[in-house]
Amino acid sequence: CKRKVISAKPHHPSPQGKGEKSHGGDFSYVGIDAILEQMRRKAMKQGFELNLMVVGQSGLGKSTLMNTLFKSKVSRNKSVQSNPEERIPKTVEIKSISHDIEEKGVRMKLTVIDTPGFGDQINNENCWQPIMKFINDQYEAYLQEEININRKKRIPDSRVHCCIYFIPPTGHCLRPLDVEFMRRLSKVVNIVPVIAKADTLTLEERDSFKQTIREELRANGIDVYPQKEFDEDAEDRMINDKIREMIPFAVVGSDQEYQVNGKRLLGRKTKWGTIEVENIAHCEFAYLRDLLIRTHMQNIKDITGSIHYETYRVRRLNESNGQANGVAAQHEALSHEM
Amino acid sequence: MGQQKNLDGYVGFASLPNQVYRKSVKRGFEFTLMVVGESGLGKSTLINSLFLTDLYSAEYPGPSHRIKKTVQVEQSKVLIKEGGVQLLLTIVDTPGFGDAVDNSNCWQPIIDHIDSKFEDYLNSESRVNRRQMPDSRIHCCLYFIAPSGHGLKPLDIEFMKRLHEKVNVIPLIAKADTLTPEECQQFKKQIMREIQEHKIKIYEFPETDDEEENRLVKKIKDKLPLAVVGSNTIIEVNGKRVRGRQYPWGVAEVENSDHCDFTILRDMLIRTHMQDLKDVTNNVHYENYRSRKLAAVTYNGVDNNKAKGQLSTKSPLAQMEEERREHVTKMKKMEMEMEQVFEMKVKEKVQKLKDSEAELQRRHEQMKKNLEAQHKELEEKRRVFEDERSNWELQQRLEQQKMEASRTLEKNKKKGKIF
Repeated sequence: CKRKVISAKPHHPSPQGKGEKSHGGDFSYVGIDAILEQMRRKAMKQGFELNLMVVGQSGLGKSTLMNTLFKSKVSRNKSVQSNPEERIPKTVEIKSISHDIEEKGVRMKLTVIDTPGFGDQINNENCWQPIMKFINDQYEAYLQEEININRKKRIPDSRVHCCIYFIPPTGHCLRPLDVEFMRRLSKVVNIVPVIAKADTLTLEERDSFKQTIREELRANGIDVYPQKEFDEDAEDRMINDKIREMIPFAVVGSDQEYQVNGKRLLGRKTKWGTIEVENIAHCEFAYLRDLLIRTHMQNIKDITGSIHYETYRVRRLNESNGQANGVAAQHEALSHEM
Repeated sequence: MGQQKNLDGYVGFASLPNQVYRKSVKRGFEFTLMVVGESGLGKSTLINSLFLTDLYSAEYPGPSHRIKKTVQVEQSKVLIKEGGVQLLLTIVDTPGFGDAVDNSNCWQPIIDHIDSKFEDYLNSESRVNRRQMPDSRIHCCLYFIAPSGHGLKPLDIEFMKRLHEKVNVIPLIAKADTLTPEECQQFKKQIMREIQEHKIKIYEFPETDDEEENRLVKKIKDKLPLAVVGSNTIIEVNGKRVRGRQYPWGVAEVENSDHCDFTILRDMLIRTHMQDLKDVTNNVHYENYRSRKLAAVTYNGVDNNKAKGQLSTKSPLAQMEEERREHVTKMKKMEMEMEQVFEMKVKEKVQKLKDSEAELQRRHEQMKKNLEAQHKELEEKRRVFEDERSNWELQQRLEQQKMEASRTLEKNKKKGKIF
């Protein structure tokens, strides 16, 4: 059967305010595009959730970077005058802190998941296991909510959307621990690798280091975000290719402001100059922030929901079909698989 | 203790230091330095900056460019000369330290290496013939701490605890240009606190009677552990050429004491305390090793040492006899080896001569052939030429005849016409 396509004339918002249909004299206007406004209002009422995990050795500036990203102290309490009792934990702990932040009427529930103790021991064998278990536990919790008969209207999303992995700025190549971790975790979560404390590298060293890292990632088959296979169309691919040329981002974090050329900027002051965190000539923090927050946040959440979570769900459902055992035993089998 | 006596005249033994000085200069100095730390902390760059040589250069890249699976211990020697004094510097590098996922016992190869050097020295000291005693003991170990800004890692603490009794450990904060001055202060305090807490005995600068030197020493002690930056690239800053690292926000100068403690480290290590490091190694660490080793022997009554380092209870004469025999066998072996080498060389030479003879012969044949070919060619050409010539002569004659004939015809014609 034939379908008539009614093309609506472009709707120019009248000066009295956004979202108000013009009542005067536009008879061929249907109003389909007003759905964007409805979605926007609903999203603002609901608010957003974002769960970020930071992984890396202690002392790489993870907490500082989180504070810089969200312009507030969102990370775990690392007081500057740290008491000598604050020890490196013997095993990897998972510490999750949630904040409700708001900007221009948009509310966001941000959860920062910290992993102190990762890579700090003498023997770091299997230090990625607690992290993988945590991620899979979140998927499991979501799955359980989903298969309930009486489901909640909005399932609280505690799945890890993005894992930021901090690479120490050695300038040579990835360490075996980095490769192991990223190899295993790129299959269950979006990984965004960053070069931590990038103010220790000159620009040439930074470029050659990045190239080495990209080659090693390719050689080991590690697919970091944005993954090539999930590009939807040519436009996406173009934007993402540009990003892929730049990862890993070389970042510097700071939560202290300094006066530079009459402006107050976030930075680090040394005896030979002040490093401006948001200056792209100095470091790539701005690119990371744009990627995570301003441009690709929704995409990150979509990939987590539609791909990583679905992979987990398929595996779990297949298992529960194949075996007659209880859920607990299957859960154990999953965690042993790692 | 003797009484101190004042002299009435000039005796002259004040020139003793000069004599020692001259002798040392002639003999030259040795120094062995070990660098330990995770890869990528700038150890090779720092060594190059300290001694202003390219120990690790593009042709011979430092061990850190290849990640190792196990900890290796590598030695490189370089002979440096300055102002007539020569220094045989040995750098012991430990690539692979702390790089693996499981780093348990990564310090064991290093401890074994240090012990083996002590053992060598102990053996050469116990020999009867002690004319040559090369000192390859490790005089100083620079331990590189990653600039995390928080404190020491478990690996750092383990390593230093195991090595502080065997070698002079000097901890350094690597890549210090990543820390702001406040963070650096904090970090240093935290490290010193942890070092004291774990009772780690790092190298201590000796107190002297000299007031001036004491002040310098105190200044150094306040800045421990030293935060260093290394670089071999020279950059222009305000018209001056300095060693440094160029960033978009400025230049971190290596030799500027405001920026990092590199000059303090260099002065301390080379200019003021090198001899003291060697003395402490000799008097403290080596003696500890020696007494432990010998006590093990005497306590058990049985010779616990390996066959190589046997401290026999034979009389010196018998030992001398044994050494002489050893020496003789060694000489014989060397002689045999040399003869073998010589024979091999002779054979090679003979072969070469034969080859060149054959070559010459071949060439001779070749040339002869060439000559003959040329000869033939020339003959051929000559024949052709002769042919041509005879042809040409024939033609000429024909022409001439024709001309004659035509002339007589003309003449006849003329005669005929007249008639």
